[in-house]
Amino acid sequence: MKARLMQGNEACAEAAIAAGVRFFAGYPITPSTEIAEAMARMLPKCGGKFLQMEDEIASMGAILGASLAGMKSMDATSGPGFSLKQELIGYGAVAEIPCVLVNVQRVGPSTGQPTAPSQGDVMQVRWGTHGDHPVIALSPWSVKETYDTTVMAVNYSERFRTPVILLMDEIVGHLRERVELPEKIEIYPRRQPKKTRAEGYQPYEPDYDLVPNIADFGKGYHIHVTGLIHDETGFPVGSPEVTERSIRRLHEKISRVGEEIIHTKEYFMDDAEYAVVSFGGTARTAYEAVRRMREAGKRVGFLRLITVWPFADKAIERLADKVKGIIVAELNYGQLVNEVRRAVAGRADVALCGKYNMKAFEPEEIEAAVTAMMKGGKA
Amino acid sequence: MDDSIKRSYEKYFRLNRLPHLWCPGCGNGIAMKAIVMAIEKHPELNKDNTVIISGIGCSSRASGYMDFDTLHTAHGRALPFATGIKMARPDLKVIVITGDGDCTAIGGNHFIHTCRRNHDLTVILFNNNIYGMTGGQTSPMTPQGKKATTTPYGSMAHPLDPSALAKAAGATYVARSTAYHVKHLADVIEQGLNNHGFAFVEAIVQCPTSYGRKNKMGSPADMLAWMRDHAVMKAAWDKMSDEEKTGEKFPIGVFLDTRAAEYGDEYNKLIERLGGARS
Repeated sequence: MKARLMQGNEACAEAAIAAGVRFFAGYPITPSTEIAEAMARMLPKCGGKFLQMEDEIASMGAILGASLAGMKSMDATSGPGFSLKQELIGYGAVAEIPCVLVNVQRVGPSTGQPTAPSQGDVMQVRWGTHGDHPVIALSPWSVKETYDTTVMAVNYSERFRTPVILLMDEIVGHLRERVELPEKIEIYPRRQPKKTRAEGYQPYEPDYDLVPNIADFGKGYHIHVTGLIHDETGFPVGSPEVTERSIRRLHEKISRVGEEIIHTKEYFMDDAEYAVVSFGGTARTAYEAVRRMREAGKRVGFLRLITVWPFADKAIERLADKVKGIIVAELNYGQLVNEVRRAVAGRADVALCGKYNMKAFEPEEIEAAVTAMMKGGKA
Repeated sequence: MDDSIKRSYEKYFRLNRLPHLWCPGCGNGIAMKAIVMAIEKHPELNKDNTVIISGIGCSSRASGYMDFDTLHTAHGRALPFATGIKMARPDLKVIVITGDGDCTAIGGNHFIHTCRRNHDLTVILFNNNIYGMTGGQTSPMTPQGKKATTTPYGSMAHPLDPSALAKAAGATYVARSTAYHVKHLADVIEQGLNNHGFAFVEAIVQCPTSYGRKNKMGSPADMLAWMRDHAVMKAAWDKMSDEEKTGEKFPIGVFLDTRAAEYGDEYNKLIERLGGARS
């Protein structure tokens, strides 16, 4: 392993290429632009293609097209661009097209505060596109973890045939750290049809894991892909039964694997009476706050979410059974905290430590929130 | 029997998806058939190496009926999807079917820039002058003064001319024909398929249900006769005076047929220049 000094956004680009991404379409937007710039430099050197498109929507359309033609594909953006892509994220979900979309969050709404750090897109990642759809979103806290979660995102997108969101933030995107990159990574290959046309191949027939083995375009299968609700043939069907079955399968292909894709990490949890929950760049500050409190002899632990969606219900439930109170530290007006409250279901006190003034957290702010809860006792 | 009326070209269609959902008398079927008539003239094209991509709207339902790898995208977004497919698989022939609303309103920005990059795509715009699927609202190509449900007193804006736009934006083949001129339409599409770059063909089609009814244009046959009476071959059009060009007359034919650097080719040259790595 060779140590390197690297920026989060650069790590994302390098990881994508290592994971097999060979097509990137994007549109300049701070603080994600370095990803596009790195891809523009690197992709043609490994036979890949980079396109700066005319707008954010076109970028998303182009990666869906390239993926359908067999190239692993990625796009990166920030708040305003992420909003613009929502319709096509839903298209990718319903047409089951693998791709990775990186959202390096900045302060919104609208143009907001370019390009101060924020984690205000937690709920948009989950519910931004219309209709019922599942989502996988991973949120790294370091440059190294940006590399690892980017590889994971590419692999999950291929395995589940769905868009995967890499939910970064300005803190991690622009962070420079010493990293040691793995020499070898596991790559999930593009799923291939298991039947021929003569054997009755149907592109949207689910495999044992409920994921269909949709043929890439140009392989002689003559398939039809649409954003309309469709049956196993891929053609639109206006029936209640097919609609219900399709939407249920889209969810169950991901929910059936349960905890396997829900990555969390616990720190200082032995004998903890209170805990901080956080994710992404804010988790760095939360870790430091908890470390300091432990040093001062306070019984505080820390749970870090790497997978933001699907939500870590089980990990939160276990936490709720263990501690008296939970502080959710997030760089917004309060989004993830409501998911934590739902999973805790009254078994422990839950309070928000939120911030939305362009500044990243200071450890003291999180310490103060925990201390206030400890003094207030269980609500 | 003449090619244009006999039951033919069945091999290009998904017969189990027919009959189509278009209204009786709609011109979209004529334009769709013209596309396969053009493909038939290209022996190098087959169902395995040809992809049909469409947006959303009446026109864009055509992709579902055609037996190739087909992609029915989101409203206005056929060209970005097509761009991705063509860049990923330059060996595939990529044909895009779109409509006047799909291509020139919601997809207008993509249209300009896909022309500019001159991707090797053949785009056929079914122009029925109206939003048919949603029930007859005005489109950017509704002629001034013509009625639609959202311009009940007549369209106030000047209509957009996508052929002029395509030329200005960098397309390398631009043509127009009508559902009346079936053979001519198939010919200009066939020629467009020869073009190695962005080829644009506007196919004027009749919408008797919405556009025709709102504007008292009579039966589908009357609307086809209107095309016959108002379309002027380009050679004749070029000789007409400005006074003669007023009114509802419009030119058909090939407006541009040239060559320019194709984006995918240029990109492949770049890959070669950087070492041609393929890992």
